[in-house]
Amino acid sequence: MELQTITYIVVGFTFAIYIGIAIWARAGSTKEFYVAGGGIHPVANGMATAADWMSAASFIGMAGLIAFMGYGGSVFLMGWTGGYVILAMLLAPYLRKYGKFTVPEFIGDRFYSDTARTVAVICLIICSVTYVIGQMKGIGVAFSRFLETDYETGLYTGMVIVFFYAVLGGMKGITYTQIAQYCVLILAYTIPAIFISLQLTGNPFPQLGLGSTLVGTDTYLLDKLDMMVMDLGFSEYTTTGRLSTLNMFAYTASLMIGTAGLPHVIIRFFTVPKVKDARSSAGWALIFIAILYTTAPAVAGMARLNIMQTIEPSPGEYLKIDERPDWFKNWETTGLLEIEDKNGDGRIQYSADESVNELVKLDRDILVLANPEIANLPNWVIALVAAGGLAAALSTAAGLLLAISSAISHDLLKGMLLPNISEKQELRASRVAMALAIVGAGYLGLHPPGFAAGTVALAFGLAASSIFPVLMMGIFSRKITREGAIAGMVAGIGVTLFYVFQHKGIMFIPEWRYLEGLGSNWFMGIEPNAFGCIGAVINFTVAIVVSKVTAAPPERIQALVEDIRVPVGASIAQTH
Amino acid sequence: MSNLSEKNAEEYWRRNKSLMVKLGVIWFAVSYGFGILLVDQLNAIHLGGYKLGFWFAQQGSIYTFILLVFYYTWAMGRLDKEFDVEEEE
Repeated sequence: MELQTITYIVVGFTFAIYIGIAIWARAGSTKEFYVAGGGIHPVANGMATAADWMSAASFIGMAGLIAFMGYGGSVFLMGWTGGYVILAMLLAPYLRKYGKFTVPEFIGDRFYSDTARTVAVICLIICSVTYVIGQMKGIGVAFSRFLETDYETGLYTGMVIVFFYAVLGGMKGITYTQIAQYCVLILAYTIPAIFISLQLTGNPFPQLGLGSTLVGTDTYLLDKLDMMVMDLGFSEYTTTGRLSTLNMFAYTASLMIGTAGLPHVIIRFFTVPKVKDARSSAGWALIFIAILYTTAPAVAGMARLNIMQTIEPSPGEYLKIDERPDWFKNWETTGLLEIEDKNGDGRIQYSADESVNELVKLDRDILVLANPEIANLPNWVIALVAAGGLAAALSTAAGLLLAISSAISHDLLKGMLLPNISEKQELRASRVAMALAIVGAGYLGLHPPGFAAGTVALAFGLAASSIFPVLMMGIFSRKITREGAIAGMVAGIGVTLFYVFQHKGIMFIPEWRYLEGLGSNWFMGIEPNAFGCIGAVINFTVAIVVSKVTAAPPERIQALVEDIRVPVGASIAQTH
Repeated sequence: MSNLSEKNAEEYWRRNKSLMVKLGVIWFAVSYGFGILLVDQLNAIHLGGYKLGFWFAQQGSIYTFILLVFYYTWAMGRLDKEFDVEEEE
């Protein structure tokens, strides 16, 4: 059967499952819409969190970046898993004990200020929208390949589907659907990896295969990879870092802290029955995430090896353009892969030297989707990967849109501006907010500030610099005042946005860059994607200094901080 | 509000913090330490086809994180029992 037909069948079938579940569990009341009626088992919650968490960035984007960054790509692997340790120890159990719906609600109460709550809402919207832009890039790539059109058409199609999908569900639909999505995406990620690992090394576990010898030889896969990339003039795969040690440190820290500051992840821990479940939920989520994250470096290394071997089947003998495989042609249609026969010899030269290199464009975000085709795997596997990529992108986009819409309708409208609106009006407002967020993010997704994973990393940096520090100080210190928290958030996100926009342009529009004379990465060689941890340090410092010179928090707030430290007396999951 | 006297609450919190610090040190060591700062030194050692520093950065740190979270959950469960601050079943 034709590949495209199989893809339609597999993708159509998985979508039917998600939508079926969403309708079956259709949200009734507003409370259910936000936190799924409380009382979700920690294993189920962990699985749903993992689906929510692993987005287009993890599924579609990350391995492609690692494949071309080598060791430097480790920042994503450590950064996007290590945050769960912080989350489990420093935030989740205490926020669950406190028992509110949203992150801004906690910040507003702990810092006894509606201004603090509003600032938190704004920070949350900035992070989430940036995050959705990254998803839109991934969705655009996946749909363009799947429909065999250009990237823009793929993106528009994706926007429409995301909208219907998110509006239909609400959290309850989303929680059960996300469990289904997790299953689809993890199978779609690991099955081709197992196939490829078997092909190359004979070991069915990609995690072990990456450290094994190639079939029929005594050469280790990674040694061969190092040798091949260096022959082409690239730097060594297993040792080349990302810019500098300091930059790698900052990048990893930004992603870790950002993990523990992203509202759509934190909100998950409001939905477990007990405080102790909040702790273990983080562990279960991490296990489900680690299955993909420990497979990703194998996917990356093996795909890089396969691409090089496709283009240069034997040393000095390059692939003839007329004989290039179908996957080449298919991806050329999307505009995300381009070749240019510079020396007119009818073959594709691949080299680190730009003047000779004829693989002129290879969008990193196509690698995971193209991977099974590159390795000549059966059509059903290729179709499954397309379905998995869409599941990852859709589930996260839906979770984020929910966080954005609940911030606007619940925190801003109901909480502050229009306290008297009815549940129905609140629900309607949240849907309008979702639609606007999709259109805005989709528009910016036409010219994203980087590859999917890079754009998402920016969102993490913004969360790291704004939300995480005040949450942590709010829990661990009795002394941080309203003024301190507000000044900290504004300073942290302000400095980070200043640095990011200076590099990428205001609202990521490249024409709107400023102070270009400073050069790139001018602050200690740290790139904008890694700057969130500097923003976090500023946030902490400003908050602590300002708190020292302003009046101490009232007695009841100090008692509240004491109270959230012990699990006993936690309210039953907040919705009943 | 709870079954805790003030002194016990302080002790409970102190024990919790000391656990967090211990696990935090391991968390830092396997990622920032072995995976980034000491990567070149560790790369001299091989684990199959993996250079050890590279392995910590792309595999080992993640496995350790999982162990840390589950250990924390288990240890805190024990602490909650000891201080009688568990939630009612």
